[in-house]
Amino acid sequence: MRHLLDAADLDRDAAVDLLDTASRMAATQEREIKKLPTLRGRTVVNLFFEDSTRTRISFETAAKRLSADVINFSAKGSSVSKGESLKDTAQTLQAIGADAVVIRHQASGAPHRLAASGWVATSVINAGDGTHQHPTQALLDAYTLRRHLTGPGSDGEPGLGKDLSGLHVAIVGDVLHSRVARSNVQLLTTLGARVTLVAPPTLLPVGVGAWDCATSYHLDEVIGDGAPDAVMTLRVQRERMGAEAEGGATGFFPSPLEYTRTYGLDARRLRMLPDHAIVLHPGPMNRGLEISAEAADSSRAVIREQVSNGVAVRMAVLYLLLAGEKEKWS
Amino acid sequence: MDTSVASTPPPDGPSGTEVLAAADISRALTRIAHEILERNKGAGDLVLLGIPTRGLPLAQRLAARIAEVEPVDAADLAGSLDVTMYRDDLHRHPTRTIGHTELPAAHGQSIDDRVVVLVDDVLFSGRTIRAALDALNDLGRPRAVQLAVLVDRGHRELPIRADYVGKNLPTAQGEKVRVRVIEIDGVDSVRIDGGRSNGGSAS
Repeated sequence: MRHLLDAADLDRDAAVDLLDTASRMAATQEREIKKLPTLRGRTVVNLFFEDSTRTRISFETAAKRLSADVINFSAKGSSVSKGESLKDTAQTLQAIGADAVVIRHQASGAPHRLAASGWVATSVINAGDGTHQHPTQALLDAYTLRRHLTGPGSDGEPGLGKDLSGLHVAIVGDVLHSRVARSNVQLLTTLGARVTLVAPPTLLPVGVGAWDCATSYHLDEVIGDGAPDAVMTLRVQRERMGAEAEGGATGFFPSPLEYTRTYGLDARRLRMLPDHAIVLHPGPMNRGLEISAEAADSSRAVIREQVSNGVAVRMAVLYLLLAGEKEKWS
Repeated sequence: MDTSVASTPPPDGPSGTEVLAAADISRALTRIAHEILERNKGAGDLVLLGIPTRGLPLAQRLAARIAEVEPVDAADLAGSLDVTMYRDDLHRHPTRTIGHTELPAAHGQSIDDRVVVLVDDVLFSGRTIRAALDALNDLGRPRAVQLAVLVDRGHRELPIRADYVGKNLPTAQGEKVRVRVIEIDGVDSVRIDGGRSNGGSAS
């Protein structure tokens, strides 16, 4: 593995191996000294063309815990605002001596372009591109699901060595604008889980019928009849929905209140879930819109744990991409 | 450690020369267990940390032998110490799978002020042990660190020596020493193999 661009690039064994590595990394993060010397002397550039808090901090923490040097780059306040192209920016980073580029870009396919164009010889890690892919988010979701829902694995570590066979995961909300949903459908299905997307017709992408998952317009039915082992609520991405009319109406739903009534995860829907079911959210949350405060703060919500798991998963990705011999690539 | 990772062992047919059979390994481990007790005047402060993969079952066997003669619980003595992320040769090999580190639960999983005995199957360049010392550094501050190995095959590249040795085995650089243990390989044996000086011998 040289790049991580797409959740679909991982087959089952590669994904399980990555989650196992994340599990080992997580174990080291419970120690008093969390820093490991593994990537000493390697340089990781966080190239962020789009705003991000948790993903950038998570990648930065992961790289630093492995002793890599981290350079943070955000498009604001850089030469990009002077009109520099992606190619020139990337080649500048290459000349500085970066070993890996973590890229977030508003254009779908930008990481792929960077990896396939031959502009740079570094590893490329996709940290979210447009409405396309966000593979490390899918990996941390899979890791969180595995820890909670698959029971003890080898070495007594929760889930170690296992995939997600037999689990049913409902992904609810703004699927249309969500790179998280697309990556999750691919990865969770690869790992053997069954995925149901729940959204209003306006917020499902064209061609969703070809995805390897079920779709529904009715959250209550999916929770009641489908008995999902986990519900993942997606953020309603109002910044991508264009101008809002009075009262918060958009072209995609008539009013926030109506959206909340039909697709919001509230206390009533939480009680309808099976006892073991957990609640995930990729963050940042719109409390009161797609998830109520009761649901977000309940003991079943593993939202903060997702953030800690994100560091372990990203450490695993960096380790697997950067620690091995380099000669093999060329 | 890990003598059979870099090179695939022959399917079943034994190749090379057997230098230690199951009974020899058993006797060597019994002797080492008693040497450890003698040197440390009992098992009071001991922690035996096996280096995965094959150091771990050896550490557990040493702990079991110590528990036979001392009033301690074998489970409180033995643990594992993974050194993968501390190796200095990571970039020379395909990515290695990370193993498991687990300190014995006794004394609150702490190695502070205790005597740690590192246990590995083969001592060769000494680089694995250097990595293990670094890994220990991040876990705590032992009062002393000692090293027990089943086979010392020479060719050290660092100033490191073993305190307890099952067998000193003079080898050529190109030869391979293969340790197999029942827990992992289904058989206890140490074989010396090759002589083809391809330089690709196990660590």
